[in-house]
Amino acid sequence: MTLRKKVVLGLYVLFLLVPIYWLLNMSFKSNTEILGGLSMWPRSFTLANYKVIFTDPSWYEGYLNSLYYVTLNTLISLTVALPAAYAFSRYRFLGDKHLFFWLLTNRMAPPAVFLLPFFQLYSSIGLFDTHIAVALAHCLFNVPLAVWILEGFMSGVPKEIDETAYIDGYSFPKFFVKIFIPLIGSGIGVTAFFCFMFSWVELLLARTLTSVNAKPIAAVMTRTVSASGIDWGVLAAAGVLTILPGMLVIWFVRNHVAKGFALGRV
Amino acid sequence: MKVQNNKAWWLVLPVFLLVAFSAIVPMMTVVNYSVQDIFDHSTRYFVGVDWYKQVLQDTRLHDSLLRQFIFSGCVLLIEIPLGIAIALCMPTKGRMASLVLIVMAIPLLIPWNVVGTIWQIFGRADIGLMGWTLNELGIAYNYASDTGDAWVTVLIMDVWHWTSLVALLCYSGLRAIPDVYYQAARIDRASAWAVFRHIQLPKLKSVLLIAVMLRFMDSFMIYTEPFVLTGGGPGNATTFLSQTLTQMAIGQFDLGPAAAFSLVYFLIILLVSWLFYTAMTHNDKTR
Amino acid sequence: MAEIRLHNLAHSYSRAPNGDGDYAIREMNHVWAQGGAYALLGPSGCGKSTLLNIISGLLSPSHGEVQFDGKVVNHLHPEQRNIAQVFQFPVVYDTMTVFDNLAFPLRNQGMNEARILAKVNEIAEVLELHPLLRKRASNLTADEKQKVSMGRGLVRDDVSAILFDEPLTVIDPHLKWKLRRKLKQIHEQFNITMVYVTHDQLEASTFADKIAVMYGGQIVQFGTPRELFERPSHTFVGYFIGSPGMNLIEVSRCEGGVRFADTVLPLSPALNQRLDELQWTSLKVGIRPEFVHVWEGFNEDALCGEVVHLEDLGTYKILTLRLDGQLLKVRLQEDQPVPQQQVYLSFPAQWLMLYADEYLVEVLPAQPQSQSSEVQP
Repeated sequence: MTLRKKVVLGLYVLFLLVPIYWLLNMSFKSNTEILGGLSMWPRSFTLANYKVIFTDPSWYEGYLNSLYYVTLNTLISLTVALPAAYAFSRYRFLGDKHLFFWLLTNRMAPPAVFLLPFFQLYSSIGLFDTHIAVALAHCLFNVPLAVWILEGFMSGVPKEIDETAYIDGYSFPKFFVKIFIPLIGSGIGVTAFFCFMFSWVELLLARTLTSVNAKPIAAVMTRTVSASGIDWGVLAAAGVLTILPGMLVIWFVRNHVAKGFALGRV
Repeated sequence: MKVQNNKAWWLVLPVFLLVAFSAIVPMMTVVNYSVQDIFDHSTRYFVGVDWYKQVLQDTRLHDSLLRQFIFSGCVLLIEIPLGIAIALCMPTKGRMASLVLIVMAIPLLIPWNVVGTIWQIFGRADIGLMGWTLNELGIAYNYASDTGDAWVTVLIMDVWHWTSLVALLCYSGLRAIPDVYYQAARIDRASAWAVFRHIQLPKLKSVLLIAVMLRFMDSFMIYTEPFVLTGGGPGNATTFLSQTLTQMAIGQFDLGPAAAFSLVYFLIILLVSWLFYTAMTHNDKTR
Repeated sequence: MAEIRLHNLAHSYSRAPNGDGDYAIREMNHVWAQGGAYALLGPSGCGKSTLLNIISGLLSPSHGEVQFDGKVVNHLHPEQRNIAQVFQFPVVYDTMTVFDNLAFPLRNQGMNEARILAKVNEIAEVLELHPLLRKRASNLTADEKQKVSMGRGLVRDDVSAILFDEPLTVIDPHLKWKLRRKLKQIHEQFNITMVYVTHDQLEASTFADKIAVMYGGQIVQFGTPRELFERPSHTFVGYFIGSPGMNLIEVSRCEGGVRFADTVLPLSPALNQRLDELQWTSLKVGIRPEFVHVWEGFNEDALCGEVVHLEDLGTYKILTLRLDGQLLKVRLQEDQPVPQQQVYLSFPAQWLMLYADEYLVEVLPAQPQSQSSEVQP
């Protein structure tokens, strides 16, 4: 790597991290210190802001709710997208191109007005304020993406492998689970990462489809903020806490994701 | 070659049903709203295309549509080249490669309202590092009162938030280029620019297509981040299309016009995406 | 145009190499003379591609020097070395036409368009690419692409040498022969040093005047195809060249010669003497299946073996036989009678090679070889 590349990359990483550092920095300060003047690190380190949050049970539940529906969504998306992606990568069938484009168009519907029909739809079938409702709604944009990414990885696996397995007497389900899925392991890792990401960061649908029982963490956060006026310290701590799960996930799947990205099949 | 086999539909069926469930019913409902005047649950009249005529003449919508196009244009013009440049600078192997990937993924994993909050704080002149530094340097900067500052802040926020996605996609595209291409280029004495222009860029075409489409769609529908950061202000300076629509639908409960406009909105996105798609795959089809 | 000299060259991919096993190229000295057509032959993983990349400058050797016409070029990048290289898989610039692909290296060195046109046309003529010149390179078939890749190497008139790294792997068999002829023609026409890497002995011997056989990171023999066949200087060359390869039998020293099991093979006094002077840990004798003499009927001076298997390959037959516990292969001509069960054979002295620690034991040429090495039981 040349020096110029290092400098460009270094500056970019700095640009990414400084705002996050600032949030972290503020979350450890008291409000008087925040408003009293700028300091690069907390002079009087305090965990008081976090204490405010953790003494409120709705926070703790918000976390679990978010993780629950995000996990559910990732599992559903992968389960249905795997066979579909296989179909797209191996076969031509009636309407395949149109179907694919139609799937993609579902990412294009502006949420603002579609929220109300969504709310009505899920209320009418008794799923309002359940985790499954949010998980299903997020499938709208995650499934097309998952199909597209997986299709790329699957196209990289030679067809001869399928044929050999069928000749060896494998049935389709057995071949798919025992042979094919392990072959595209890192592809599944990358797909799971993207599903997790888009489901975790989405707020509009999640907030519309929930009220108490399945309320996501990001929505809990907006409520806390408005209730206390602007309590900067608590707001910053809340922000930090919503970033953490995402970072934990990426840390755990880092090898898969790095490998998947390096395979260059995305 | 792919085999023609209509039984493959059985494999696609779950996806079709799942997506159709969440897509078709709401879409039909919105179409239904857009041709009716709704007062309450039971009082509604069929109005035909009146709402469409009305929204197409609405200057407020014209303004925010124009702002939206400018914003998406800026986003694409900045993020796509920058993302490619960053991808070219990323290390290819070893511990550093994983570390850089993880750091770059962080902004993508932050809930959108928190992204707004981070920049809301970061840009403030009193408690935010960026706002404070700029003002200390003698630049009068205030995103809450100055239109230009507000625009720049929303743009920088979007660049901060999404450039990594473009970079990660391009990075994976670049990894798919075999080393031998670079070796051949060295033997042919190609300049760095020629390597980029004739080897890297052509191989990036398919990932760039998806990056451009994703960034266009998402930036064209941006809502949460500027709403948290500027609330659409100062004035209407950063009120983008989604927000205008939300004000219309929820603030004023003009459900009919809002629905009509949503569909127009949807068609615009569809059309532009289709144009990108056709333009970028044009060469493949002429084979 | 240049002579390429490798001086004490060695290369290891690991930073702190530990013993020979860590070296992809073990220390070697070698010269490719100006204007020669050479093949670098060896099994996959023997270091031949590594060696090629070191010559072109894509890799920098960990020890020793690469010299072009006596000048050390280690520090020069590939773009400064005036070397063309054609790779195993075709590399074309997809977005350009065939013409632009061929013109690319010339444009990079700032040649004027009129000369480019002339050069490209000349090469397109030779490679029969004329009908394709206006086509986009991405639309070509694999062998057309490979012709374009070769063309980019051949079009430059400033190159000192052209290196080919198994360039015909992706080409259809019937075209392979044509392209190889073409390369040979080009070589004669332009008088450029060419080094051709391959694992196929037929390809090597039809293309090259001299072949370097590589094994375990070393060039074990450098000679004409005939020398490699008749006097392999390493057991690997014996085994690798020829089809089937040389018969190799592990033997032990005995009075006046060598032996395996009950069979004694006497050696010439000169060879005996040479063997006494050398230090070695293992001994082998080798003889090509083509050179084993098969007697028609019983012969009391001959060795007696037992037929195991016969393979008829049309114009000749391969006979596998067991001689005192060792399996040997013998090539029989079409018109030669095929022995049943028992076979009487002998090893003509001039074709019986002796290897100490895998290397050929040679007697100084001044000493005439003895005639009395007819083998006795």
